[in-house]
Amino acid sequence: MTSTGLYGTYGGRYVPETLVPALDELEAGWLAARSDESFQAELDELGRTFAGRPTPLTRAERFAPDKRLYLKREDLLHTGAHKLNNALGQAVLAQRLGKRRIVAETGAGQHGVATATVCARFGLECVVYMGEEDMRRQRPNVERMQLLGAEVRPVDFGTRTLKEATSEAIRDWITNVETTHYLIGSCVGPAPYPEIVRELQAVLGRESRDQFLAAEARLPEVVAACVGGGSNAIGMFAGFIDDEGVRLLGVEAAHAASLGTGNAAVLHGARSSVLADEDGQIIDAHSISAGLDYPGVGPEHAWLRDSGRAEYVSASDDEALTAFGDLTRLEGIIPALEPAHALARARELQEEFVLVCLSGRGDKDLAEVLAR
Amino acid sequence: MKKLVIYLMSGRETPKLAAAAVRGGADLVELGFPFSDPLADGPVIRRAAERALSEGMRTRTCLECLSQTRELVGDLPLVPMTYSALLEAYGWERFAVDARAAGATSVIVADLPAGERPELRRIQLVAPTSTDERLRFAAAATDGWLYLVTLTGTTGARSDLSPELAELVRRARAVTGLPLYAGFGISTPDQARAAAELADGIVVGSRAVEVAALGPKALQAYVRSLRDAIDSVVP
Repeated sequence: MTSTGLYGTYGGRYVPETLVPALDELEAGWLAARSDESFQAELDELGRTFAGRPTPLTRAERFAPDKRLYLKREDLLHTGAHKLNNALGQAVLAQRLGKRRIVAETGAGQHGVATATVCARFGLECVVYMGEEDMRRQRPNVERMQLLGAEVRPVDFGTRTLKEATSEAIRDWITNVETTHYLIGSCVGPAPYPEIVRELQAVLGRESRDQFLAAEARLPEVVAACVGGGSNAIGMFAGFIDDEGVRLLGVEAAHAASLGTGNAAVLHGARSSVLADEDGQIIDAHSISAGLDYPGVGPEHAWLRDSGRAEYVSASDDEALTAFGDLTRLEGIIPALEPAHALARARELQEEFVLVCLSGRGDKDLAEVLAR
Repeated sequence: MKKLVIYLMSGRETPKLAAAAVRGGADLVELGFPFSDPLADGPVIRRAAERALSEGMRTRTCLECLSQTRELVGDLPLVPMTYSALLEAYGWERFAVDARAAGATSVIVADLPAGERPELRRIQLVAPTSTDERLRFAAAATDGWLYLVTLTGTTGARSDLSPELAELVRRARAVTGLPLYAGFGISTPDQARAAAELADGIVVGSRAVEVAALGPKALQAYVRSLRDAIDSVVP
């Protein structure tokens, strides 16, 4: 990344001027925190004693009998998904910046729950924007956020999903920027957010690289992860990016494939690969999984795609549902629908040694799956 | 004389509406080129953008609207106001050239702060949160005048003029001699007068968009009420 927050030609800060000083302040606070050993020590301690790190690596022997396929078990993290890694880190950062009010967007509700959880833990005011369509299909997470003391504000226009929820969270931040930290949930948004989220999720790659080496005395041939905004994937990839022989594979939802079928466009503060028409207007994404139902993606993924270091493929709703059912019945693990997309592609790979990020658990998806 | 800037969303009726605004006393018209995800806008302009998009207003049709407006308003300054996404898709330089050819005086990009895409000459916005250093930076880069965002927030009417404006004007005056036009949250003649007492001009957007929906006559009368209010300011 360059000093101006660019990944190749992607990234940047396409935001109203009102936010620029807050982004400068965030960047300065982030750089100070990163070089402060006490910040990392605090995060490590919270990870161990509050979140449940390290999460285990589990071999999925019955799901992929012809492979040595391992799952990074972020479904076992407190709150049930990898989102907590980022939420904890940003909550500690927000307090260093003196911000006592947190706004966030959520799609599947996992980031909203993680944010509501850290706000409860640290006594911060919490407002979460969520599309009405997502509130319907992820009802248990809405109730969890409310129990945790967060205010969930429905977004009732446009797609009524993650795209509009993100826009409304950013509008709230513009309005309350003096008191509020925007706790973005993925490696998207204006600089320095993509870098902050990657670094806070890089624990996934660090841990699973060590764990895979311990289990197999070698590195995986492929590291696979689902990609909506792309935070679990970028965290996993961060651990293996310098291991040239390791294929990095991102799996998008077929009708939300920002990297597979998108164009260079500007959305939510950054230039990236986006589902947009020839005029730059954003096109609606569609996925059974609320967490992948987003027309944009982190700018670093667009750069990794262009450079060829990572590859991106897609899986359909039905393929994800099949993988969801198989993992549940064969391994006794109910995955979230998001990583079920990664599982669907990972099981078909030619390679034997495969690592998949099981980014979250599927409790939130039961109603959606049972309705099929 | 204080300047009066009126914002209208591009659409089939917009050239006639712009002409009505000019008859009412507008000195400059901003033409919104709609974007599907307008982060700087509150509900009124967001909904106007959704409507314009559903009626087929895209970059090319907006440029045609600009060109038709130009024919009706003589030499009056016309400024497209839009978002980076449209320029990214159309081509940054191509947009600047084609907008100029269609009659644009300059351009405003709501999500393109000073420092990003410096090659695009445009009117820069500054906000109450801008540091003095950024005020200086934006003033050095801006095209003719500086757009003062009166409040920390999105576009849309407010019950009172932002108390943050006076301090922003004072800080901006300290770094530039360029004209300062204040916008965001100004909708009533009283607010227009109060803002014009501080700044060199005012911008009215959301309320103008709402009144424009009632037709050219209503818009002309509304703009006239703003004109009279700011003309009552003793220089």
